[in-house]
Amino acid sequence: MKILKKADSIYDIFDRKGDNSPYVTHYCAGCGHGILHKLIGEVMDELKIQERSVMISPVGCAVFGYYYFNCGNVQTAHGRAPAVGTAISRAEDNAVVMSYQGDGDLASIGLNETIQTANRGEKIAVFFVNNTVYGMTGGQMAPTTLIGEVTVTTQNGRDPDYTGYPMHMCELLDNLKAPVLIERVSLANPKKIRKVKIAIKKALKIQKEGKGYSFIEVLSPCPTNLRTNVEETEKFLNEQMEKEFPVKRFRDRSKEVEKVKREKSDFSTENLDKIFNIDRTKVVEPTIDPSYEELNVKIAGFGGQGVLSAGLTLAQAACAEKRQVSWYPAYGPEQRGGTANCSVVIAGDTIGSPVVESSDILIAFNKPAYEKFSQNVNENGIIFYDSRIGEIDVLNNIKTISVPVHKIAIELGVPKAINTVMLGVLMEYGKKINKEISKESFHQGIKETFRSKPKLIDKNIEILEAGSNWARENLKL
Amino acid sequence: MTDKKTKLEPYPIIKKNECKACERCIIGCKQNALEMSKDLNDIGYYYAKYKGKNCNGCGDCYYTCPEPLAIEVHIPKKKKNRKDNYGSEDNG
Repeated sequence: MKILKKADSIYDIFDRKGDNSPYVTHYCAGCGHGILHKLIGEVMDELKIQERSVMISPVGCAVFGYYYFNCGNVQTAHGRAPAVGTAISRAEDNAVVMSYQGDGDLASIGLNETIQTANRGEKIAVFFVNNTVYGMTGGQMAPTTLIGEVTVTTQNGRDPDYTGYPMHMCELLDNLKAPVLIERVSLANPKKIRKVKIAIKKALKIQKEGKGYSFIEVLSPCPTNLRTNVEETEKFLNEQMEKEFPVKRFRDRSKEVEKVKREKSDFSTENLDKIFNIDRTKVVEPTIDPSYEELNVKIAGFGGQGVLSAGLTLAQAACAEKRQVSWYPAYGPEQRGGTANCSVVIAGDTIGSPVVESSDILIAFNKPAYEKFSQNVNENGIIFYDSRIGEIDVLNNIKTISVPVHKIAIELGVPKAINTVMLGVLMEYGKKINKEISKESFHQGIKETFRSKPKLIDKNIEILEAGSNWARENLKL
Repeated sequence: MTDKKTKLEPYPIIKKNECKACERCIIGCKQNALEMSKDLNDIGYYYAKYKGKNCNGCGDCYYTCPEPLAIEVHIPKKKKNRKDNYGSEDNG
């Protein structure tokens, strides 16, 4: 006896509906999703790939795919299945990755990612369910809505002058070189459904063998939103949809192509530490010291003046002192000449927010930065600024210190190192306000910041000293 | 006792409470062997029923049904020439 019945790769119970009907899907009567689910499940069984499979559910009616497919499941943000699929397929080379997406998800919000992913030839089988409407949200026009088709948002029928033409995804992707299989099939009737299964099998065999991208567009019935009965639905698929979206195999390169070769992923702690430059022998655990009052530092200037790296060095130095530290940069899109600033919070206890609204110390490297941030310096705060800014307005009797950073930096032969001069000044100032960060810690900070440019470390330590010397002689509070 | 004349016929099993009355199987059945019930099932729908004869085991109702768990088709083993289920195995 042969029994045609549910595949092992489909769950025995569908918890989605729960209560009194745990054996039915959440889909409407006559919906194509259940049919496609069943077929994919059967093929997973037949190819024996269930244990290797990861199904990616979209946003749309099939959002609950993980209630049905008994395999790995991920549900992604709207249209983002190709990106997530790419990640899974690359991280787990042996995975059979399937992305199950509707026409809104794939052809509208996810169109770019779909094309890019196809173009890279990722090892993903895409099942693109085209039913010409946004189903879940109530039957609005989708990218695949036919010309003249009435939907909730095209009450007089889709007008191409106003909303363009139906998106032909297979044809679009067929312009790309990388995809291995592109085919359009239809769920209109039992005969065609069997052809869908053959196409699914081809697509998943390509994945099983790791050969690359396969794309199956499935014309699918949505009787609820089309407001049709069973005969009309079949007729709509056969006569109208197929006219616009011809059912055919656009390409099949599965016999020509080889397995895609990917480098082996290594997620071991050792390897990740190497990538991120982490030396676990040198990890410094911060201490809790409630007596240490939080210090908020803002460093601001042009991009390129070393604003962000000065902040990083300071943060690293404070880390070496076992303080709780945050570093928070803010900058424009310009590589050079845009405004840049960073906030460094140094605290004795857990930091609530890395954002510095009002600072205890402001370091301003140019006039706009001075003008912008000097208004938000605390009453007992202090401002250090590049002496080249010249005349400044002093607000609320806040202490302002003009530092000849450029002059000092030039004397040491590195005109760009004004940021390190300023750090030297800051090191000295710290002692005066009982917030000392030791010389050794600053050296440590410089070593961290210039880790990729070791030649600069000694020079910057020298510049730091010069800044510190200047402050010792000139800083009078 | 096996009677040589007892011919094993294929038949569908339609789970009453898993049917939502979409009618796909009824219009999909070339043998016209299925019909809609007169009463409602436990989840509030009419449901497809097997009329009790003429199933040829083609599997069309199973494949066209949108509910993965609702229909099974039981097909007795016969000699080769069956055309059922031609989407599987060697067609991939």
